[in-house]
Amino acid sequence: MDKFDREKALNVLIALSLLIIPFIAIEMDEPFYVTLATRVVVFAIAGVGLNLALGLGGLISFGHAAFFGIGGYAAGILASHALNYEPLMTSLFELNGTTEMLIIWGVAVVASGLAALIIGLFSLRTSGVYFIMITLAFGQMIYYFAISWPAYGGEDGLSIYVRNKFPGVNTLDPINFFLICFTLLMLSILLISVLKNSRFGAALQAARQNDERLSTVGIHPFKIRLTTFVVSAMITGLAGALYADLNRFVSPSMLSWHTSGEIMVFVILGGVGRLFGPVVGAALFILFESIFGGLTEHWMLFLGLVLLAVVLFARGGLIGVIAGKTRHG
Amino acid sequence: MDKGNMEPVLKISNLFKSFGALKATDDVSIDLYPGEIHALIGPNGAGKSTLIKQISGDLEPDLGSIHFLGKNMAGLGVADRAQLGLGRTFQVSSLALEFSALRNVMLAVQAKSGSSFRFFKPVMKDKALIEGAMEMLTQVDLQERANIPAAELSHGERRQLEIAIALALKPKVFLLDEPMAGMGPEGSKKLTEFLDKLRHQAPILLVEHDMDAVFALADRISVLVYGQVIATGSVDEIRRNPLVRTAYLGEEVV
Ligand SMILES: Nc1ncnc2c1ncn2[C@@H]1O[C@H](COP(=O)(O)OP(=O)(O)OP(=O)(O)O)[C@@H](O)[C@H]1O
Ligand SMILES: [Mg+2]
Repeated sequence: MDKFDREKALNVLIALSLLIIPFIAIEMDEPFYVTLATRVVVFAIAGVGLNLALGLGGLISFGHAAFFGIGGYAAGILASHALNYEPLMTSLFELNGTTEMLIIWGVAVVASGLAALIIGLFSLRTSGVYFIMITLAFGQMIYYFAISWPAYGGEDGLSIYVRNKFPGVNTLDPINFFLICFTLLMLSILLISVLKNSRFGAALQAARQNDERLSTVGIHPFKIRLTTFVVSAMITGLAGALYADLNRFVSPSMLSWHTSGEIMVFVILGGVGRLFGPVVGAALFILFESIFGGLTEHWMLFLGLVLLAVVLFARGGLIGVIAGKTRHG
Repeated sequence: MDKGNMEPVLKISNLFKSFGALKATDDVSIDLYPGEIHALIGPNGAGKSTLIKQISGDLEPDLGSIHFLGKNMAGLGVADRAQLGLGRTFQVSSLALEFSALRNVMLAVQAKSGSSFRFFKPVMKDKALIEGAMEMLTQVDLQERANIPAAELSHGERRQLEIAIALALKPKVFLLDEPMAGMGPEGSKKLTEFLDKLRHQAPILLVEHDMDAVFALADRISVLVYGQVIATGSVDEIRRNPLVRTAYLGEEVV
């Protein structure tokens, strides 16, 4: 079989396996695994967002926790205001919170996109290690801001007492919430796949390979990268909102650099630039956490070893190991 | 040639550029008229590529001006100048190495034919892009190699590919930095014939070490030594110029 077809077949297999796990779990009366599968899905969405910037654009952002957290806080803040019947704002006009997921998602996506626009305007003027450091610095700035902002729980975070609502669906049923997240994961992967093949995607991939080549044909690499960074952040921000809903809780730890590192690990483990890479990476991460996390606090060490092996011996991540190298048409 | 009432397409006036104590461009004034090939020759390190980079927008001159189509280029970046019609090739080829030859050219066709902020239609299903790019590859005789990644092309083929990309931009000026380098005698001969026709599409500022090609093609030659233009003139004038003979050509070329 052609290598390209092999990756497609593998992707279908991954998607189907992920989809049936919660149903098996319910069948076996182990609802905890539904939550675990949902965690995989939500983390995968965060990774899909980063993978656009990192995999297609070569932008090594070490600050994607900022967008994950902003998405999370958007959900937390809107929901807590709605549940406490406190308007967000009364001065000019009254603005109320909401428990409607669709609105929360919209706010999360717009807020993280705006944050990315500002961070990108500064950080994308640099490259290499400087870019990594500036994105990290912005991420930490937002983290410390959240910690020292008492209105929304500061260090303790913010609880959402009831899961938010989605029209026509009982979101309190874990399977339903899983399916909502799974659908969004598939849509986000579809979006990346469409972008990748478009004119925009061509310019983006050229910017990664050779900046000079792109500007010499008259395309501004900066504009291409900034757009990418914003879209990438929006997807990760959406994942943050879902994560808040999954845990019914947001805390500054969503914003910390550990989270940025974890999102990057999903992408690298699964395969940088591979459509389903973040899904495999997130699944492996959760698998390690649940198998070794019960045995030892140092389960990250095992994951670290796997990560090292991937970086040293399998640049295409796990997808690369199974489906082979990518080819550009 | 008669350029009595013609405006130069490219006009470089009193340009200076130093790297520390090194004067890489030292009061250079050069122009390029419609239909001509103006060759820029000079020994290694004379500042030829540095001049090209200032025209293309890679480097900011310290002093002096560059006018392209009557417009001052100061403050415009590489992409802006490319959009205005500067078509450039590099001394050391600069390609998107993972992309096929075809996709490298498609990028230029895409840049020329509208916005790159189109997010949905797949480029590999865009007939206009593919056919436009194929046409350029055919012009440089690279159509057979369309689907080979640029990284796997031979040195000479990469040079051809760079020219195909520049062609696709339909530029108003070609800036070619040593296009013959490493081409081999057969390749150089073909390219010389090709450039001879290309001048009718747009004038060419040609940096080249291959003297056979320069003497065959150039309408005018400027000689750059230590950042200074020591002579500008027709092929015969340059051949006869004693300054040039001692400074650059030596006695081997007569
Ligand atoms: N970015 C830079 N920083 C410092 N010095 C530079 C830089 N670029 C070029 N130079 C120096 O400027 C001088 C002119 O270089 P340039 O590349 O323009 O020469 P050239 O005429 O193109 O030579 P060649 O025929 O070898 O290509 C050289 O001495 C080079 O070392
Ligand atoms: Mg040079």
